[in-house]
Amino acid sequence: MVTFITRRLIVSILLLLGAAFIMYQLTALAGDPLEEFYQSRLPNKAQLIAARTEALQLNVPAPLRFFLWLGGAAKCLIPFANSCDLGLTAQGQKVTDLLPMAMGSTLQLVTAATVLAIAIGITFGIVSALRQYTTFDFVMTFVSFLLYSLPSFWVGILLKEFIAIKFNDFLGDPQLGPIWIAVIAIVIGLLWVGLIGGEWRRRVSVFIVSALATAAVLVYFSITDWFLHPNIGPVFMLIMSAGIGLVLTAMLAGIRNRRVMLVAAIQVVITMICYFALQSLLDISSIYTLLILGLVTLVVGLVSGYLVGGQDRGLNMRVGALTALLSAALILVDRLMQSWPQFLGQSSINGRPIATVGSQTPGLTGDIWMHGLDSFTHLLLPTLTLMLIGFAGYTRFSRAGMLDVLNQDYIRTARAKGMPERVVIVRHAFRNSLIPIATIVASDFGALLGGAIITEQVFAFSGMGNLFQVGLRLPDPNPVMGYFVVVAVMVVVFNFIADMTYSALDPRVRTRG
Amino acid sequence: MSIINEGEPAPIMDDAEVRHITVGKSQGRLILDRFLRNWVALTSLGVFLAVIVLSVTSIGAFGIPGWWKWAYNDLGTGLLNGGAPTLSLIPTWLGGDGIHLGEHPFGQTLIGIDYFAMTMRGIQNSLIVMFIIGILVAVIGTVVGAVAGYYRGWVESVLMRFTDLVIVIPVIVLGAVVGKIASEHFKGLGVLGLSLVLGLFLWTGLARLVRGEFLTLREREYVDAARVSGARDARIMFRHILPNAVGVVIVSTTLIMAAAILLETGLSYLGFGIRSPDVSLGLIISQNQTAFSTRPYLFVWPGVFIVIIALTVNFIGDGLRDAFDPRQRKFVARRMKEQDAK
Repeated sequence: MVTFITRRLIVSILLLLGAAFIMYQLTALAGDPLEEFYQSRLPNKAQLIAARTEALQLNVPAPLRFFLWLGGAAKCLIPFANSCDLGLTAQGQKVTDLLPMAMGSTLQLVTAATVLAIAIGITFGIVSALRQYTTFDFVMTFVSFLLYSLPSFWVGILLKEFIAIKFNDFLGDPQLGPIWIAVIAIVIGLLWVGLIGGEWRRRVSVFIVSALATAAVLVYFSITDWFLHPNIGPVFMLIMSAGIGLVLTAMLAGIRNRRVMLVAAIQVVITMICYFALQSLLDISSIYTLLILGLVTLVVGLVSGYLVGGQDRGLNMRVGALTALLSAALILVDRLMQSWPQFLGQSSINGRPIATVGSQTPGLTGDIWMHGLDSFTHLLLPTLTLMLIGFAGYTRFSRAGMLDVLNQDYIRTARAKGMPERVVIVRHAFRNSLIPIATIVASDFGALLGGAIITEQVFAFSGMGNLFQVGLRLPDPNPVMGYFVVVAVMVVVFNFIADMTYSALDPRVRTRG
Repeated sequence: MSIINEGEPAPIMDDAEVRHITVGKSQGRLILDRFLRNWVALTSLGVFLAVIVLSVTSIGAFGIPGWWKWAYNDLGTGLLNGGAPTLSLIPTWLGGDGIHLGEHPFGQTLIGIDYFAMTMRGIQNSLIVMFIIGILVAVIGTVVGAVAGYYRGWVESVLMRFTDLVIVIPVIVLGAVVGKIASEHFKGLGVLGLSLVLGLFLWTGLARLVRGEFLTLREREYVDAARVSGARDARIMFRHILPNAVGVVIVSTTLIMAAAILLETGLSYLGFGIRSPDVSLGLIISQNQTAFSTRPYLFVWPGVFIVIIALTVNFIGDGLRDAFDPRQRKFVARRMKEQDAK
């Protein structure tokens, strides 16, 4: 295994060097950074040309210049020396000063989109596989194909028009008409019917209950101007937190497992206590406070699961930790919602929260919650654009993977042993169907970073894609190379992780040395 | 009568019996039958062909004029009615204007070019790019994958490292840089140039799949048999093994073609692909995106056609996959459960 890893590492490094060399030569061919001066009539034209030639080392031929650049880039590998040198931009800024900001916003975007796409995509893919050849399956297949065929720039512009502008207009007078309420309720009702399935009598009752509940909630929202003063409130908090605990218990342990149910209930109680007790702490929180609180939540979930004991402590702890984290997330969402009216009232927002361009509102002041909301409203549409496309892929893959696993002999064995269907699906089938998806997720990350170029252009989002594009247009070789280094390293690292996870998760594919 | 019949061999069965024996279907025939039974793929194929016919006949191609009165670079007779679209699909008995195309069904651009003709030209360009990429990917990917999988050893290492190299640089980044180089040195990539460049980089995924197929197929007995009977390597690879791996090639080429149209329009949208005065669906979306609120019709049609083409090609690819590999379709969870219940 060690020889295998070292060999892969060496090959990866050589690959990176080769790709960087090719990319450098191509960028050098892409145009002359001095071109803007040739037509200019500035008196100090000669000096400007000389200065830029000096700064970008343009008098060295490109194949040699690559090694100068590589020498600077190699310094990035020395830890803590802070001597990283990726060259200067045409304007004389250091690329290493520009990269972290750009990387930060792009990674935020791509990570959020990936996580959401994975979570939703896998859920729908697996349900679709379990209900193969039902209407739900056909609809999901069609939807995922449709999303897969959408050009991201077109979707982005449509989202800008129909979500951002329409929603902002809607906030001027947040009353949902009866037609809208009916449409939303019916769509959500149908979705639940598809997800839950069953014989027609159960379908009808599921539809009626979920549609009526949705309609009731929407009417409540409309009457109380909820969209202007959103909050979850203690009652809904209790209902939702208990719901999370119940669903997790039912899925992972089975509703009859009293001990696990007890663990989940403990988390719900703690959540409710924290909801009332922590508000004043949350008001003055920083990002670090929140991280510590998150860790504490995780520990509480795990420890309470352990203390309850029983035969399967691991299961207790898993359910406890998941319930605790999800309920804690609810508290955070509630706190963010409490800042919403203040956010709307800001002069720079002016009642139109969903942004269509940029990655933050310039000149926004306020605490962490205000900035959180600001990032959220800016990230919403680009994330959605990236997510829709990723979602389609993951739905297809997880559906195919699940069907593949369900065909295996060990599933038949598990059923024949008399395992409950829940155990067969969750423990035997689901876990194994995740193996191929893990590798796809890892190797898709690079493609997603590439796709972010278009999304960033649509939303004028100042991330790495923007750095690349602007650099290429000028042309300005060093930012382009800076972008490339980050992306290529990510692609190589994630492919490496993909290979490793595959051989770690699936003993059948252990590669020979 | 002797046991060994010296004369004519006795007929094994009579004519009536022969007529009842069904002729065995060839592998290709079985696949075709399965594809024809898949109505989603068949409908998609119909729609896709209709789009091709519409785009080619309306404005013509290769210098042959079509039936549509305007050309994509024709300034026409000035703006009619502010360039608003004249297409009407609501019949008169529903209170509309009746179904008619009018002078400019999709409207006109700000300088009066007919938008229908532009959209058709964009579709033609996208289709050309798609097909050239498809052919290049299929040929290069198959040859590289076959050679790597068949010879193994250092040939395989070199080829696979090269595919790794191309995978490290995201295609859209590579396409953008090459597009920029072309605009710097050759006044922009034409349709042909763009598709050649993209095709030369997109084959790596297919090469990996074909290599995987060849790695397993080369160990089969019929390959040994062919080798023993003196067949050359090229003959074994392309006459014996390839027909058994052709499903992978066709299916993934189709899916790459669907991705290729999104890539081409995306690059053109960014300004690194097909450039004005030629037309690409991505380019006209990028030119008109700011006019969304005032002139949405300039924005909707190109997008709709991109989606139609990509969607139908994806469905065709999926139908082909099912036709070539029916194993995926065997398991029906619900039916099994119903059988359990009985």
